[in-house]
Amino acid sequence: MSQNDLHYVRSEMALPQPAPLRERGPLAWVRKNLFANPFDSVLTIIGMLVVAMIVPPLFNWAFVNAQWTGTDRTFCATVAQGGIQPDGWSGACWAFVHAKFGQFMFGRYPIEERWRVILVAIMFVALLVPLLIPRVPRKGLNALLFFVVFPIVAFTLLIGGVFGLPHVETPLWGGLLVTLTLSFVGIVVSLPLGIILALGRRSKMPVVKMLSVIFIETIRGVPLITVLFMASVMLPLFLPAGVSFDKFLRALIGVSLFASAYMAEVVRGGLQAIPKGQYEGADSLGLGYWQKMRLVVLPQALKLVIPGIVNTFIGMFKDTSLVYIISMFDLLGVVRQNFSDPAWASPQTPSSGLVFAALVFWMFCFGMSRYSIYMEHRLDTGHKR
Amino acid sequence: MAIENAVSADEIKVDRAKMHISDTDVAIDIVGMHKWYGEFNVLKDINLRVMRGERIVICGPSGSGKSTMIRCINRLEEHQKGKIIVDGKELTNDLKKIDEVRREVGMVFQHFNLFPHLTILENCTLAPIWVRKTPKKQAEEQAMHFLRRVKIPEQANKYPGQLSGGQQQRVAIARSLCMNPRIMLFDEPTSALDPEMIKEVLETMVGLAEEGMTMLCVTHEMGFARKVANRVIFMDQGQIVEENTPSEFFDHPRHERTKLFLSQILH
Repeated sequence: MSQNDLHYVRSEMALPQPAPLRERGPLAWVRKNLFANPFDSVLTIIGMLVVAMIVPPLFNWAFVNAQWTGTDRTFCATVAQGGIQPDGWSGACWAFVHAKFGQFMFGRYPIEERWRVILVAIMFVALLVPLLIPRVPRKGLNALLFFVVFPIVAFTLLIGGVFGLPHVETPLWGGLLVTLTLSFVGIVVSLPLGIILALGRRSKMPVVKMLSVIFIETIRGVPLITVLFMASVMLPLFLPAGVSFDKFLRALIGVSLFASAYMAEVVRGGLQAIPKGQYEGADSLGLGYWQKMRLVVLPQALKLVIPGIVNTFIGMFKDTSLVYIISMFDLLGVVRQNFSDPAWASPQTPSSGLVFAALVFWMFCFGMSRYSIYMEHRLDTGHKR
Repeated sequence: MAIENAVSADEIKVDRAKMHISDTDVAIDIVGMHKWYGEFNVLKDINLRVMRGERIVICGPSGSGKSTMIRCINRLEEHQKGKIIVDGKELTNDLKKIDEVRREVGMVFQHFNLFPHLTILENCTLAPIWVRKTPKKQAEEQAMHFLRRVKIPEQANKYPGQLSGGQQQRVAIARSLCMNPRIMLFDEPTSALDPEMIKEVLETMVGLAEEGMTMLCVTHEMGFARKVANRVIFMDQGQIVEENTPSEFFDHPRHERTKLFLSQILH
């Protein structure tokens, strides 16, 4: 009996073997991911049909039939519409985008002063890129330059009125310049303000807590359009006569406060996800409240809610278009404004302009999204407790 | 290291013998302390005096208030009545006093509570740098010294998530030691560990005891209690029911509840 049993005992450990062929290679991938079962196969085929139906016409419109050059609407209109294209032609009018590109970027910012905007843009990129790449050293100095020095320099350059720079009033600003300024200020203000509001809402001090709750719930309970409208139309009514401040500044404050309320709730979600043990661990070492928050709780909480934070950023970036309500023109506003230009009005102009605006918005939003995913992976230390 | 241990182990024997006469320095004094969770009286009239260098093991059934009691000692829990004096400082609502006490009292938790976003070394240097204002380099040297003592210096640059439970708990002990505490509290330090890892943590704690650290341990490791404790305290329903030397406690328990408890856990 016992002798028979011995046959089942290994005399040496088994070595790992390579996976069978059907589990490796591109064919295995296709079978696993596209045709794993009948339902998957049907979905795959339907998906491919949809792609085949949509992509070629879109490609033809955007590239093959598109009008790339031209000086006025005749290049983008058919003969029947008073243009040079054959009847039945349908293609993007990139000539329109090309001709109006300056306006799309700068709005009505005076042409001879646009170098100032370009200079600010160059500084922005030159400071932002090293800040985003973890390997580049001197993050502290870089952040100081980006968050403190750069806004002051950019503000002076853009507004002018000093150092012999002509004054450019904000109603002349427009296009991508307005979109990016609003978003930059919104992001830079809303994150710290949101963190403070979130901490306030979780504070044990009743007054601090109540103020935070009132602020957050009031702002969140009101549409952004209302906030902007109030800031632009109602606020001057309450200010004493003679006191007024810039409309663009009011929009900036409106957007920033609005985003902060949302940010506060996102951050609060993160704070609540941090186990009590982390607070207690920090307490037991004698760390004070602010040290505990800054060194232990917030780094973990913010990492957890990166998707939510970026979601708010992206939402705010796109919401900036709403400033048209107070007759400021961001990128989308300027594009739409130009539809009514008689020199370019044609059936293809609106779609081309909108596709261009969409592409620009998408580039920025996609960039933010990808970067946040990269950061999430980088900060993951693989331990959830 | 081994020689050091041997010497201190000898000292311990002498120390124990003359404990009751020479060492009258009080580390913790709890007088008539009560605590309520809402309406529920979790701790009732706790009186406990711990001398410097004493090692006390606290045991009892779950829900008996033993964790709550030692958490009151560094004010992770607030007591509502009575007095707790730690190292000569009474715990009140004075936040400054609380931070002072916490600096001198190290605590080790059941679930380690290491900071997962920091490396082992950063975990150990965080409080010395920010609370004690120790220069970074010195704090790191000190951290390495304690990491060597808990026998995991080679893990210094890893993250807590990459370590086993036993290793994490030893890091947690080292992290507390980096603040040079005069008192160490252990709240069920081995309860969340796999059986194979309990020993390495207990050995670290025995080493600490041999060096004369004042220790309060909530634990069910009776072998540990017999080996290092001066006194064993048994709690039930929020009260200290029995208090005795380990040998008396285990061999001649007086209280009925204690006898029942011991019969349940010692098979």
